[in-house]
Amino acid sequence: MKIDRRSFLTLLAGGAVGTALSPLPIKLMDDISIWSQNFRGTPIEVPVPERGPASYVDSVCTLCPGGCGISVRKIGDRAVKIEGKPGHPVNDGGVCALGLSGLQLLYGPWRVAGPKKKENGRWKKISWDRALSEIAEKLNELREAGKADAIAGIARTGRGTVARLMQRLLAAAGSPHFFPVPTNEDAYTDAVARMFGKPGTVGFDFENSGYVLSFAAGLLDGWGSPVRMFSAHSQWKTNGVKMVQVESRLSSTAAKADQWVAVKPGTEADLALGLAHVILRDNLNAGAAANSLAFDAFAALVKKDYTPARMAAATGVKESIIVALAKEFAAAPHPVAVCGRGDGQTPCDSREVMAVTALNALVGSVNRQGGMIIGPEPDYIQWAKPVLDDTAQKGLAKGAKKLADLLASKTPEVQALFVLEANPAYTLHDATKAKAALEAVPLVVSLSSYMDETSALADYILPLPTCLERTEDVVVTAGLKTPMIGLTQPVVEPRLDTRHPGDVMLDLAKAMGGTVAESFAWSDYQDCLEETFGLVYGKLAAEGYLQKSVLETLIDTAVAVGRADFAPLVEADKKPRQTPPALVLAAYDAMRIAGGSVATPPYGMKIVPDTILKKSDLYVEVNPETAEKSGLADGKAAVVETPAGKASVRVRVTHEVAPGMVAMPRGFGHTAYDDYVSGKGVNVNDLIGPVPDPVSGLDTAWGAPAKLTKA
Amino acid sequence: MKHNQQGTPRKYGMVIDLDKCTGCGSCMVACMSENNVPFKKDETDKLKSITWMRVYKLTNGKPFPDTEVCYLPRPCMHCEGDHGHSPCVSVCPATATDYDHTSGIVSQIYTRCFGCRYCMAACPYHARYFNWFDPVWPEGMKESLSPNVSVRMRGVVEKCSFCYHRYQLAMEKAYVEGRDTLEEDEYQTSCTQACPSGAIIFGDLNNPGHAVHQIVQPDPAHGGKPGNPDVFRLLERLGTNPKIYYSSSREWVRKSGDNHLKTETPEKTQAPEKGH
Repeated sequence: MKIDRRSFLTLLAGGAVGTALSPLPIKLMDDISIWSQNFRGTPIEVPVPERGPASYVDSVCTLCPGGCGISVRKIGDRAVKIEGKPGHPVNDGGVCALGLSGLQLLYGPWRVAGPKKKENGRWKKISWDRALSEIAEKLNELREAGKADAIAGIARTGRGTVARLMQRLLAAAGSPHFFPVPTNEDAYTDAVARMFGKPGTVGFDFENSGYVLSFAAGLLDGWGSPVRMFSAHSQWKTNGVKMVQVESRLSSTAAKADQWVAVKPGTEADLALGLAHVILRDNLNAGAAANSLAFDAFAALVKKDYTPARMAAATGVKESIIVALAKEFAAAPHPVAVCGRGDGQTPCDSREVMAVTALNALVGSVNRQGGMIIGPEPDYIQWAKPVLDDTAQKGLAKGAKKLADLLASKTPEVQALFVLEANPAYTLHDATKAKAALEAVPLVVSLSSYMDETSALADYILPLPTCLERTEDVVVTAGLKTPMIGLTQPVVEPRLDTRHPGDVMLDLAKAMGGTVAESFAWSDYQDCLEETFGLVYGKLAAEGYLQKSVLETLIDTAVAVGRADFAPLVEADKKPRQTPPALVLAAYDAMRIAGGSVATPPYGMKIVPDTILKKSDLYVEVNPETAEKSGLADGKAAVVETPAGKASVRVRVTHEVAPGMVAMPRGFGHTAYDDYVSGKGVNVNDLIGPVPDPVSGLDTAWGAPAKLTKA
Repeated sequence: MKHNQQGTPRKYGMVIDLDKCTGCGSCMVACMSENNVPFKKDETDKLKSITWMRVYKLTNGKPFPDTEVCYLPRPCMHCEGDHGHSPCVSVCPATATDYDHTSGIVSQIYTRCFGCRYCMAACPYHARYFNWFDPVWPEGMKESLSPNVSVRMRGVVEKCSFCYHRYQLAMEKAYVEGRDTLEEDEYQTSCTQACPSGAIIFGDLNNPGHAVHQIVQPDPAHGGKPGNPDVFRLLERLGTNPKIYYSSSREWVRKSGDNHLKTETPEKTQAPEKGH
């Protein structure tokens, strides 16, 4: 057979087509992929994590007040994963997004590696001894000048040995100015003190509630102890417990509630009193609160001023819904009403807290199963009084002033300010002004693990180990039925040149000498901690937490609550109130964004939806009605202006917010930390001015009158 | 079809209670920190943001104040398709993704993958992600990488593996102890373990003792269609036979699991009967 040109080409083409149609190419590709999968010399380098023996270390998470038990997985010396601790009374294995990102806060470059001092606007490394002796010298100078009370401290919490050591240091030096960052728990404590005659912590027996009526409390948006709230919510779903959310925005809590009652922004207290009206009018309370003090005055007030018709107009909720809610609430077994803006880190105004507490009192849900539980302050710290010299006594005798007043003037009364694991330069309302006020203080010492906004403006940074690197007692109230004390454990060796805040206080006292040093008799913080707990320390260290049965040996848990007194509520109702603005900028909290002193870690930023943040643009939510008034369409750039300032944002037009409000998430607009979190969006605290409550004096700002215009 | 040499083939799957899910995002972070998923300075471009588990927000589309929203976590569906012919497995030219008949898990082998992204095109659930960049960890952050999961390089596709390394560890332990069975709690995914609401239930769909089986009541004769009327799967009618089930008491939520005509009521639709 002769192979001519034509048949040669035919064979070639046919062969090519045949091969292409056969499984050969795909099979070859397949096999080559498998043969070549372990080829070396790939130009791309990815890290190969080191192997090692796996182990778990249990501890307590302190990134929020929730106090969850955590179990950290370790490979060799490295911590590789944070998990919830199964069986822990707070979270039983569950864990939130922020807690899960804890290792990024431990290993991230936003940590401060060693003590620093600012000289001519630049950070310089300094040794611990030198930093502490310099600070001690300045404090002693103030004391000698008779300005002992010009020393102040701001702390994340006022509870636990570390905070109390700071308070003791200030007292020994002669200053009463110790300021724990206030939260809604303080508003509750204040309200309870007024209405029940004794201050106490307020918890809720949600697990046994039969009906939950929440006034804007973000029960599923970080309120209280978040993981505990999630599991309580799941129990409600399983057991068919109705949950009603009164809120102007369809938050995650409102979305999960069985009923969303969309009130006009800021009228939650009005609705609560409107419900009280119906309960009293229709005699639904079965006399639960009839023998309370000033009951008649309260009844007269709500009967006259809070009729459903008037409240329907004020709150925008239909009259029929107000009546139905009151009836359901009063008829339900173990109903409970709760308040708190968003995650509860901002105090509510006194009238609102007392109005909601009054609802509980009316249906007999105070200190009862499923209700609101008032307990004593878990004060287990019984130290001898600090030794006070003349200077200290004089300083303390001058009496305490409010932080806002101390910082108010251009030359602030505070001459030395310690900030313990708080970030007031970011979290205080009207943050820009607060920052300027802090900058005017001659000596700011930041005790923090991170280069946050407050560290950035400080004169000294004394870096702390994170909660994964140190032992510390953590008092957990956070809306729990009974408070709990947890103990953090060092999961890993301290990575950096840090010092335990307790030891910083003791060392500083030693450096100051005199009676200040005498007030701190402990050899180190561990000694102080073990002495404080005494015999139960072993149990605390072994189990990681102390619950009620053990707490009873430390604190008096007998709840002494008298009859409810409605007079303070009637008084609070008489105080002048601001008329609600036509448009209000309201801050909101969400689980995926950390809005407090700790910034959102990279994993947290990663799960922020693109409907909230896109590149560095923050989206505010507005109702279509509001958007139309401002002539804005979805996604358009806009300017929000409030008395405190203005900011460029984008708008998301959505039916998930009530008309008349601009909803802005809290937790963006950081200027410190690093590129993973800073420079993204707007800090809502910049736009909201402080609103001191006429009754409690706490800053209750949750929003501000706003203007929304096209950019 | 390969059979499990150790007895009945397992078929791991999940049922997610959308009534309980609060959209908090724990599952997403639990997944990322378990599986060495990288992160960038800007993660707001969600097409380039790698999240094996992603929580979507659904809305009923009604005007204020009748608006409702529901959160829907979406891991890889680990579709069984028809006898293991899941959409992605069928198109992979490199056997980089495969259906394991012993566990029901759709695997992803990064070193085999050469980044053609056919599987991404084939996946109707957008569960697969492409590494457009080499992963970069800020200084010190490599310390928290787990040796149980390989770190992926630029140019490969990755997705949820049902924490396969946890399955391997549990199986190894069982083997050492001379067992061929796994208890329900011996193998749980990271997201299931972390979920603070207890909304995610994970287990063996073939094992009547497991909660996931009891809730879903899968019908093996009809491609695993759920027997529970509140339970549904995403895009049921594509016949992908996914192993992620969702439960919701709200009709509009169940309806949004598939594309429906306005006149259609989803309860009446059936999974297509498929021959071989």
